Amino acid sequence: MSVAKPLPHDSAPLHVTGAARYVDDIPMPVGTLHLAFGISDIAAGRLLSLDTGPVRAAPGVVAVITAADLPFDNDVSPSNHDEPLLAEEVISYLGQPLFIVVATSHLSARRAARLARVETEAGDPILTVDEALARNSRFEEGPRVYGRGDVAGAIAGAAHRLTGRLEIGGQEHFYLEGQAAAALPQDNGDMVVMSSTQHPTEIQHKVAEAIGVHMHGVRVETRRMGGGFGGKESQGNALAVACAVAARATGRPCKMRYDRDDDMVITGKRHDFRIEYEVGFDDSGRIEGIDFTHYTRCGWAQDLSLPVADRAMLHADNAYFLPAVRITSHRLKTSTQSATAFRGFGGPQGMLGIERVMDHIATRLGKDPVAVRRCNFYGGSGTEPRDLTPYGQQVTDFILPDLMSRLEETACYTARRAAVESWNAENAILKKGIALTPVKFGISFTLTHLNQAGALVHVYQDGSIHLNHGGTEMGQGLFQKVAQVAAARFGVDVSAVRITATDTGKVPNTSATAASSGSDLNGMAVQNACDTIRMRLAELMAGRHQTLPSEVIFKDGKVHVGSATYSFAEVVADAYVARISLSATGFYKTPDLAWDRIRGEGRPFFYFAYGAAVTEVVIDTLTGENRILRTDILHDAGASLNPEIDIGQIEGGYVQGAGWLTTEELVWDDKGRLRTHAPSTYKIPGCSDRPDIFNVALWDAPNNEATVYRSKAVGEPPLMLGISAWSALCDAVQSCGDTYADLQAPATAEEILAAVGRATSGGAV
Amino acid sequence: MNITFRLNGETLALTDVAPTTTLLDWLRETRGLTGTKEGCNEGDCGACTVMVTDAAGARALNACILFLPQLHGKSVRTIEGISGPDGTLHPVQEAMVGHHGSQCGFCTPGFIVTMATAHLNGRTDHDVQLAGNLCRCTGYAPIIRAAEAAAGAPVPEHMHDLVPPSAEDTPGAEVTGSGGKSPAAFQPADSDALAQWYAQNPDATLVAGATDVGLWVTKNFHDPDQIAFLNGCADLQGVTVTADELTIGAMTTLTDLEPVMEELHPSFAAMIRRYGSVQVRNAATIGGNIANGSPIGDGPPALIALGATLHLRHGDSRRSMPLEDFFLAYGKQDRRAGEFVEKITVPRQPDRLRCYKLSKRFDQDISAVCGCFSVEVADGTVSRARIAFGGMSGIPQRATATEDALTGQPWTQKTARSAMAAMGTDFTPMSDMRASAEYRMQSAQNMLLRCWHEDAGTPVSVLEVRP
Repeated sequence: MSVAKPLPHDSAPLHVTGAARYVDDIPMPVGTLHLAFGISDIAAGRLLSLDTGPVRAAPGVVAVITAADLPFDNDVSPSNHDEPLLAEEVISYLGQPLFIVVATSHLSARRAARLARVETEAGDPILTVDEALARNSRFEEGPRVYGRGDVAGAIAGAAHRLTGRLEIGGQEHFYLEGQAAAALPQDNGDMVVMSSTQHPTEIQHKVAEAIGVHMHGVRVETRRMGGGFGGKESQGNALAVACAVAARATGRPCKMRYDRDDDMVITGKRHDFRIEYEVGFDDSGRIEGIDFTHYTRCGWAQDLSLPVADRAMLHADNAYFLPAVRITSHRLKTSTQSATAFRGFGGPQGMLGIERVMDHIATRLGKDPVAVRRCNFYGGSGTEPRDLTPYGQQVTDFILPDLMSRLEETACYTARRAAVESWNAENAILKKGIALTPVKFGISFTLTHLNQAGALVHVYQDGSIHLNHGGTEMGQGLFQKVAQVAAARFGVDVSAVRITATDTGKVPNTSATAASSGSDLNGMAVQNACDTIRMRLAELMAGRHQTLPSEVIFKDGKVHVGSATYSFAEVVADAYVARISLSATGFYKTPDLAWDRIRGEGRPFFYFAYGAAVTEVVIDTLTGENRILRTDILHDAGASLNPEIDIGQIEGGYVQGAGWLTTEELVWDDKGRLRTHAPSTYKIPGCSDRPDIFNVALWDAPNNEATVYRSKAVGEPPLMLGISAWSALCDAVQSCGDTYADLQAPATAEEILAAVGRATSGGAV
Repeated sequence: MNITFRLNGETLALTDVAPTTTLLDWLRETRGLTGTKEGCNEGDCGACTVMVTDAAGARALNACILFLPQLHGKSVRTIEGISGPDGTLHPVQEAMVGHHGSQCGFCTPGFIVTMATAHLNGRTDHDVQLAGNLCRCTGYAPIIRAAEAAAGAPVPEHMHDLVPPSAEDTPGAEVTGSGGKSPAAFQPADSDALAQWYAQNPDATLVAGATDVGLWVTKNFHDPDQIAFLNGCADLQGVTVTADELTIGAMTTLTDLEPVMEELHPSFAAMIRRYGSVQVRNAATIGGNIANGSPIGDGPPALIALGATLHLRHGDSRRSMPLEDFFLAYGKQDRRAGEFVEKITVPRQPDRLRCYKLSKRFDQDISAVCGCFSVEVADGTVSRARIAFGGMSGIPQRATATEDALTGQPWTQKTARSAMAAMGTDFTPMSDMRASAEYRMQSAQNMLLRCWHEDAGTPVSVLEVRP
């Protein structure tokens, strides 16, 4: 059967020959125009005048579009109608688009975009958490609070108490393919849009609003993205809308891609957080009460910040039972890029908070952090009160104790911890650290209605299968995994299935490919569509052989009925002649979800995905330089649809998570200008930053819940395995002295050197 | 201007080329070859990597900051030319498919070209070879597995490109702009021709490897009126070593400097391996690294610590100076109009050089601090110290107070610790996105301590620790 086979990515032969087309590679009609944004160079204030005369006069410029020229809605927000495509009077951040240049080439558009005479009145930007709090600049009326129990009493009554504060930096997506879109005007004012987006339906929706047509007048197509990571869930709206507006105005095809610097300055990133905690615990390190406060910089527009901040709260427990708990979340509005979705969607920040607490407790008690983690684990049986999350969902399949035991064994954790200690005793300058951290990540969109998907499957007369669904391919191998499902349903080889571009004209009203939901939702929708057609074929064959449809077996490219065997193509040809429909839609909605995000109660997640990682690092106590030496991962992908693709997600997710917490540092200056706006200054992990030894294995057991072939989602959870790298750095730093080192994130070399200084400063733990 | 080169085996003669057209834009927009990708347009991500072959061999280069005239007389192979003429996948392509080395696939063409070039050159130091190619999806592990799997396979015949296309097309003739906005462009055949032309056109932009000028064009839309491409000046290339000194031609690439330094000053060679990436080092020249006067270039501190002399030429007149004297203030060098860097000479000496480069990421990153130490010790006493830093000042600068604090003192940890304080006299570093002033100062001081510890045999480099 095609499912569970480690087939390569469906586009791999195209990738390696340069033949895989991305938006900017698609041949465009003669006369296509190219767009660039002119952007603001102040972070807050008012736009007094905008003289685009010099722009219009520049070589190659065909048109300039300002907010006043927009024919309909000036909005590209995915949520709250608070995100103008082009600034009107108010300037909200440095990098905000002010006008669109439409020119005959990409280069002439970019050059001309710098020529406008912009008169502004600079205001007082809100850049930091503290400034936002001081000015009560926030989304929603006040902080959101989830929790249960007498938190203050539990903390006060505990044998030990700690307080702490952790600053967690944001993260730039750095998808290798920058944002891009193209729009081709059609008859009747309609528009066809090609977009590098995780959310074609959202593009369709925003384009329709912007050009004054119904959604049926816009068709959006996405074959593949050169990486997304959440950065193309909403951030592509501006380009697609700009192209559509310009195409409508000029009657010519329009294309836009951001230069990398523009991309980084204009688009949103992972939310940075400050997390404060007060915790009470017993002599074993078991938590009795904990009070978390999350402060997050959401940037200038709401975008997806509310669900991101919610998910951070929903992962403040990670794998641990918190008897009395309060989580307070401030969603702060600042004069910076609008922070957006990024792999994990708030989960990583929330999880880092509790993992920091575990390390802090272990340091205070002088215990192995793994022992502290274990004694705080959820109960495991699914019935005890220690199975209840802070939001009231029961954890019914808590496999982490077993998973962690197996990983401890295969990674030789105990022996290596001892080896690290003796190595440190012998080395004056360099110090090693080791950590084992677990991941429990909730799978489902917390906005419950998004947990639905559609599919469209055609079987042609020759037995070939045309597959379409609402998911988008950004490198994660979704298309191949879903094609494997389709092939399995028909019992044919996956080569019989043609994967086609995501297209709002084929499958409507799709959710973003996000929340790790791609294969869960679309796999099931495709299974549903295939089964509809398969049942029709089975009924035909059963009728001819006077048996039941359930006795018709689709296997190995053949259809078996009683003693007879036909090729799949023969059966299909017969069905066509018998005038049986060989096309079907499929649909799926995740069952059993019930979530009240205001009260913070219910079952937001269909299930949890688990994993754990052991990381060993070395640091230089003179400079803070550091390296990951070895990583061992055991991760739960359920019954994997494609083990190699899943391992690829795990390896890549880990390195991306480790990058977030080490070298990837976003720096804004005091004017609100992002100073790290290109790969020359913003450093994602390079080839030699991967661990020298990198062992990844799957915890290969079926999902308890009835997901597609009992697999589990694997897109986001592995990113949080990278927390083990940060925790190992904490361990290495802490080996330098007895004072609590209080490492912050990202742990750049500079931050590590500062933490070494704190550890050796002689203060209290 | 008119240029001739080979593209995927086919000889092309282009006329009226605007001199600052990048190879990447030309491939994608004019030639319709969209396999080569734009990831950053500044030479940092490697998605646009192409293979360029000339008499010196095949090298990986970033097409986004490579101007078409630099290709005159060379052969270019893009991702479209890596598979065999019959479509057979190259061994690295086969291995990347088989080992799941691509996910989103956007960086993949660049990786393939870098890997195929390394494969052709028999290089198996994959981390070094691939440091200039960023991948955001895979975490690199499957790519390395693919590179290892392909290493033993024979090189496909078509990968051996011919060079140059024909003798009469080699550079030499003066080429002027074809009117309009195109600048007057010149491709001198040797340094004499350059000296003569530049003395008469002192406002011209000189392009050596274009790793810096390329960004002026792609990011700041620099539009020179006059431009000279120095890639034809073979007499400015290469290193000569005699008993007394080594002479480094200004057009010597970092790639070509590395093996020489591996022999004489291995710590310098190790730092060169962290200078940009393979693609950058294949283009960047030591003369360019000095002439642009950057306070964070890694070449000058090492050369200053070695006591290098800089040789400048203007027309037929020449002068020389200690390298450190060339850097006057931020953005200001002791270079007269029409004068160019001709060579650098370094006295032969026992190797005492220690180069410490500090950056957020080890590979392909710009230094926050680069400290280079040459502490000579006789009978346990510091007889002479030359210490120079990048990133601590507006210019690459010697730490003279620190040197004085060491000289004549016993080479002990105590001496190193007390001399660290003198760096406060030498430098007042600044804060920026790479590091704070405090961190720069503390780490620079600690580098002196590291230097002493390294002499004492203590392990000091995380890069040398293996699991």
